[in-house]
Amino acid sequence: MKILAVASAGGHWVQLMRLVPAFDNNEVAFLTTKKNFSDNVEDHEFHSVIDAASDAKFKLILMTIQIAIKILIIRPNVIITTGAAPGLLSLVWGKLLLGSRTIWVDSIANVEKISLSGKLAKRFADQVYTQWSHLEESEILYRGSIL
Amino acid sequence: MIFVTIGTQLPFDRLIKAVDQLASEMKETEFIAQTIKGHYQPKYMKTVYDLSPTKFTELSKKAQIIISHAGMGTILSALMVEKPILVMPRLLKHKEIRSDHQIATANTLEDLRYINVAYSTAELKSKVRDMINNPAPLHKIGNFASDELIKSITEFLDKSKK
Repeated sequence: MKILAVASAGGHWVQLMRLVPAFDNNEVAFLTTKKNFSDNVEDHEFHSVIDAASDAKFKLILMTIQIAIKILIIRPNVIITTGAAPGLLSLVWGKLLLGSRTIWVDSIANVEKISLSGKLAKRFADQVYTQWSHLEESEILYRGSIL
Repeated sequence: MIFVTIGTQLPFDRLIKAVDQLASEMKETEFIAQTIKGHYQPKYMKTVYDLSPTKFTELSKKAQIIISHAGMGTILSALMVEKPILVMPRLLKHKEIRSDHQIATANTLEDLRYINVAYSTAELKSKVRDMINNPAPLHKIGNFASDELIKSITEFLDKSKK
């Protein structure tokens, strides 16, 4: 089975790296927004897309198209992400284009409420996790955290 | 050495300026700052820009303490190399970020004793000196997520194979 693990650069990526033991015994590809992050996952298939964390609309559109193409190339059975925008877009494209199984792990930084991306992800994710027990609700599971 | 880092996304001049001033007062201590090109240039700290994860870990390991914004990437990296970390949350009112979520993150992790927090530049300066003079242990974390979360994801993946 092929898993695509997605996270934007920074904290989302560091959290994703802490989930790696769960992927054992599967083929894993990684997707992020910085080329030099391949450092962290040397033995695995690695892809990067443009960083559209800023509010630049053009970059966001470009990233959306890039991710659709990546999904078609990688063809994952399962997509898992710790956020943010590239993760959400991967889940959406994976669901629509390939019917992939999808997991959203909301960032541990979201202490007070689920992120906006997390709320949107609920529609496209088969499993949604929060990392804080007080944020658990129907359709949002709490099963510990990346700590 | 004190390692200062603000992440790769947005500038954080309020933090860099405050620590630069501190560096000017603490000449006996070396400061290395990871910052963003085109913004405030430190005068008393060595400056680095786009760090690879390997280089980032290298500097974190060498550091006596780490000073940063309240971003999870830096916080987790510091905890993984068992270095004391002092964070100052980015604030919306200074246009340092797009929402005030770093305050809640910092607050919660401070209560759980994973990190030290400075809520102002004045507090930042006094806390750095405190941390150097009285190194207090913080919570340690392992290399990976909690067993419960790993297990739950593994189960989901196993079910997906069928």
